Order: sequence, then C-alpha cells, then structure tokens
Amino acid sequence: MAKATAPKAVDPVATDDFPEDRLLEIYRTEVLARLMDDRCITLQRQGRIGFYVPHSGQEAAQVGCGYALDPGDWLFPAYRELALALVRGVPVKSLLDQFMGNSADLTKGRQMPNHYSFRDQHFVSPSSPIGTQITQAVGAAMAARRRHEPIVTVAFFGDGATSSNDFHAGLNFAGVYDAPTIFFCQNNEWAISLPRQQQTRTATLAEKAAAYGFPGVVVDGNDVRAVFRAVRTARARAIAGHGPTLIEAQVYRFGPHSTSDDPHRYRPEDAVRKAREQDPVLLLQAELIRRGILTDASNAKIWEELKAEVGHAIEAAETTPHLDPLSFFDDVFAQRTPALEEQRASFEQSAREGVQHP
Amino acid sequence: MTELTLVQAVNRGLQQAMRSDPDVLVLGEDVGLNGGVFRATEGLQKEFGADRVIDTPLSETGIIGTAIGMALYGLKPVAEIQFLDFIYPAFDQIVSELAKFRYRSGGQYPCHVVVRAPYGAGVRGGLYHSQSTEAYFAHTAGLKVVIPSNPADAKGLLLTAIHDEDPVIFLEPKRIYRSVTGEVPDGDYRVPFGKATVLLEGSDVSLFAYGAMIHPTMEAAQSLGAEGISAEVIDLRTLVPLDEKAVLASVEKTGRAVVVHEAARFCGFGAELSAILAEKAFYSLQAPIARVTGYDTPVPYALENSYLPNASRIAHAARAAARAE
Repeated sequence: MAKATAPKAVDPVATDDFPEDRLLEIYRTEVLARLMDDRCITLQRQGRIGFYVPHSGQEAAQVGCGYALDPGDWLFPAYRELALALVRGVPVKSLLDQFMGNSADLTKGRQMPNHYSFRDQHFVSPSSPIGTQITQAVGAAMAARRRHEPIVTVAFFGDGATSSNDFHAGLNFAGVYDAPTIFFCQNNEWAISLPRQQQTRTATLAEKAAAYGFPGVVVDGNDVRAVFRAVRTARARAIAGHGPTLIEAQVYRFGPHSTSDDPHRYRPEDAVRKAREQDPVLLLQAELIRRGILTDASNAKIWEELKAEVGHAIEAAETTPHLDPLSFFDDVFAQRTPALEEQRASFEQSAREGVQHP
Repeated sequence: MTELTLVQAVNRGLQQAMRSDPDVLVLGEDVGLNGGVFRATEGLQKEFGADRVIDTPLSETGIIGTAIGMALYGLKPVAEIQFLDFIYPAFDQIVSELAKFRYRSGGQYPCHVVVRAPYGAGVRGGLYHSQSTEAYFAHTAGLKVVIPSNPADAKGLLLTAIHDEDPVIFLEPKRIYRSVTGEVPDGDYRVPFGKATVLLEGSDVSLFAYGAMIHPTMEAAQSLGAEGISAEVIDLRTLVPLDEKAVLASVEKTGRAVVVHEAARFCGFGAELSAILAEKAFYSLQAPIARVTGYDTPVPYALENSYLPNASRIAHAARAAARAE
C-alpha cells in the first residue's frame, strides 16, 4: 500500500465494449427506475410510505455506471441510487420492503426510506450524513488489494458532497495509496437549495482530482454510453494498479431533493423545463424508436408491463407482515449487552402492565 | 510472564494479534517508521511491513473512514488516534458510521474496528493533550468502551477488543504508560469485557474507578485503611458493557459509594454510575453517593494537578461517606 513513486504507466484504455446487445434491457431498467420514482412520490403523498428521495434525471448515469462494473465490485452508495440497485438485480419488492419498513426489509426498518442495503449485491449500507462513504470506499479498496482480489470500490455522491470533509480525506488517501476506487460524482446541480455554482469556485468538480494527483473526467450523465466508457476506463486503470479516478457525471435533478422539499422556493421552473429536454430516459427511448428497435406500440407495452410490475410489488410489500416490535433491540451489538437485555425485558413487562407501545 | 510497562503491554498485544491473524493491521499517524509518538507501535512496521502498519496522512476522519471500509471488507483494523483530544474530526465516522453500521444494515454489515487513543491528564499536555471524554462514546449506542489501568489488563483487553465482533473505543491512560509496570502473561490471553475487578476488598465504603485514576484511588484506600476505614476498590475496566452486578454487589455490602474519574463531572460517567446506584441500590445506601472528578472546566495546563483528583481528594470524600450517619 506504499505510494508508487515511479512515473505512472500509460493508463490502460478500456476497449469499447458497451453491450449494445443489452440496450433494450438497459432501457427497461431506466424506465423501471423512472416508474418507481413516480409511484413512490405518490405513495408518500398518500401516506403509504414516510419519505422518498427521487432520482429522476440520473437514470442513465447510474445505469451506465452499473453496467460498467463487475458483480464483485463493492458499491458505497448515497441515498439516491435506486437505478443502480436495479442494475444490481435488487428486486423492486425489496426496495419497497425497505420503504415500508416491514418484516421483509433486510435493514429491519432501522432507517428512513432510500437507505437500503443489500449485502449479496455488495450494496453497502448508506447513511444520511454527506460524504462519509467516500473514505469508507477507499478503505475497502485497500482491503481488497491486501487480499489480492481484483475488484474496485465505487463511492457514489453528489455535487454537495465535494465540500465535505470526507471528500477531501477520501480522495487524498486514495491518491496516496493508489487505491482501486472510482469516485462517481453525480453532479445534479442542486444540493437541496444550493446551486452547483455556489458549492465551489472551480469550473468543474472533476478538476478537483488534480489536487490529489489522479485524473478527473467530466462526462455527460445523460449519455449512458459515455458514462459506461468513463467507468470502464476508470475501472481498468484501478485494476491495473494505477489508482483512482474521479468521474463527474453531469446530470440534473428533475424533482425535489426529497419529498420534504419544495424546490419552487429556490429554483425557476424554466431551468427544470430546459433540463428535461435532455431527459436521459426519453433520449434513449427516442434512439430506440428511431433505430426501429422499438415501435410506439412495443414501447408503450414496456411501460405498461413495468408499471404493473411495480403495482404488484407495492401490493405485496403492503401485505407483508409488520416487524416484531422487539427487533429494534437487536444488532446494536453482535449480542445484546446486559443493559440492553434489561431494557428489552422492561419494554415487554411494561406492555404487559398496560403501557402503550405504538 | 514478563515485566512490562503499560505501553509495552499495548505493543505486545498488537504484535501478538498481528502474528496470529493476517487480517489484523494497524493504521494511524506516525505509527509506522516512527513507532507512534508514545512508541506503542514500535517495531511493528519492521516486523509486519508498511502495508500492515500503515502511516497515514494527517486526517482523523480519513483514518477512521478507511478503517471502517477495511472492516466492512473483512479485515480487522486497529486505528490509532494520536491523542483522544484529536479524535473529533472523526467523530462523525465513529458515532454515525462505525457505531451504527451493524444496526442500520439490519445486521448485514458488522463493522469491527478497534480505535486506540491515549487519553487523560497528568502529562502537562494542556487543553488539547489531556482530555478524558469517554462519556461521549459510552453514550453512543453500538460502541464498546474499554479503559485498562495496568499492563496485564492492557494486553488482555486489547486482544479481546481485536477479536471482538463489535467496534471498540480503547482508551489508554497515557499518564501511566511508563510509570506503571507489572507482570504480563506471554502469548495470547484475553481479559473478558463486562467484568470488573475487585482490586482491594473492603467493608466500609466502595471506591469505583478506571484507567489512570485507579492508582490515586488505591493510594487513598491504603491511607483510609491506616485510619481504620476499610475501603473496597473496584476497577470497572470496561464502561460498555458495564459490570453492573459487581457495582451493585459492592454497594450492597458497604452501603457507601464514591465514584472517581478525571473527566469533567457534569454528565460524566460517574453520573450514570450514580444513577444506577440510586435506582437499584437505594435501600442499601447509608450515605449520599459522592463523586470525585475533574471540574467542569477545560484541563488547565499550569494547574492540572489542582484539576485532577488525587489520593487526598478521594480519601477526603471517602472519609465523609464512611462516617455519614
């Protein structure tokens, strides 16, 4: 893990291996992600889930990145990576289980919606504080290299996170140790209400990589192929031992920061309308229709099918049993401490004595 | 058995763990080539290499954040924070990430990192090399908090910490790194968590302490003995998990309790201990619980000996407790 002092070899350039034969599958994933946003915002408004973080506008960036990675690569997501989870094969029902905090939720109802985690998919548990996953991704990459396992770790974060402590610390550590990490920044132009221009004085976020001694690249996040190629190149570079890359995928957050946010307070609708002209899902849809891969009818069928799939999953998640109320005492430690045993017993006892535990 | 100082015992504990388990590694500022500013990691880089005893850039959040990533991947990192006073840039990583990973992932991602940090006053370190802020960590669900008071416990508790499944904040009393020596078992041996030790048996008053404060507390107990007051001294050793049984058993016997720590009084660990005694040993108590602690001030550089509890202050409080009618 010592710093490589020799001049860097010429970076390996990934061959252009974008899976054109899987374009329809890629499109379906983007559509499914978009439909999830639409339905989940409604579910939140109806009080059927407590909260939701939409990702609309970021589908191509996430799907392009996801397809460029290997199943063994470790993902350190933020809380806006739903399309990425779908690429990894996470079932829609599992996402909804987490949103509803039911007994099938793998995270046992511990966190707010969108903080899902899937160990089998190497989809690490995110938190709400911004940027903390960046240093963690670097540590996991160092560990993988120590075990001679040819994988990369990918830290996902937004433009706001580039101001965080852990962005600086993480990129600095990765540079020093040549960690096989990809820093995948989805610059969606808004950190809640703060526009990108007020987040930093630099012209791009990618150029910050120069301060840490490794490449930073800007890519059009609405172009699934461009994102795929950038991630493939960064991955090849990391696997070859040449260290990390910062990728800035430029996208636009079409919706609010979360269902608790009203973007009309701080941004003009015109800007959103303009950004929506480059809607990544519709761009890919137009291409597929133009090339005759889809017709209007077959396209409509895809949307209908996926909408039905989401509907069935919602129904299934809503009829999944509730969590055991006592389960919240678990997983603080590997085993409950005597103090936790006592508190758990007292919770049970008070319930028997008529105390209400809603 | 080998006669070692406390800091040497820490060193041997790390060495033992690294020899027996290739997943154990050490990272921190100046831990490699320099062997640590207190020499706790002396010789380890030479034996295990620079990729297992990793000198890091000067960033505590970087140290703990990367250690967390290593632990998630399955390694057993032991992170050194040079002084507990410098841990706060990593506070977010410790309380929001390390402490909560297992819980927030529903048990999918256990996150076992040992964070070692020298703590406490008595080395003329002023405001920023003297603090004793164990209560911050003990207050956070998901962290174990361990504070040895002697070389044998330092090694045995450290080996338990490294082989535990949960995050451990391991606070080392730097004031007695070298001034306290003792016989330490060779090889691998473990001191269990959640087991206090009775250092001195007594019947008139219970003195509870941990870490560096054990030594003035023992001194106080001896002088009380000369006055005919039989003091019992309990070394808590681990604050989380706490050996509540041992605490209650002692006070049920003596009826009088003095809690000693060098941390500030308000919301210090003594407040928790006092509350437990008030809740669960109320009918055994024959005198008000007394706390002998640091004051609610920062640790003053030139006057730190006035700030710190000493044998005289502890004996004074214990005498009052023992004689209260």
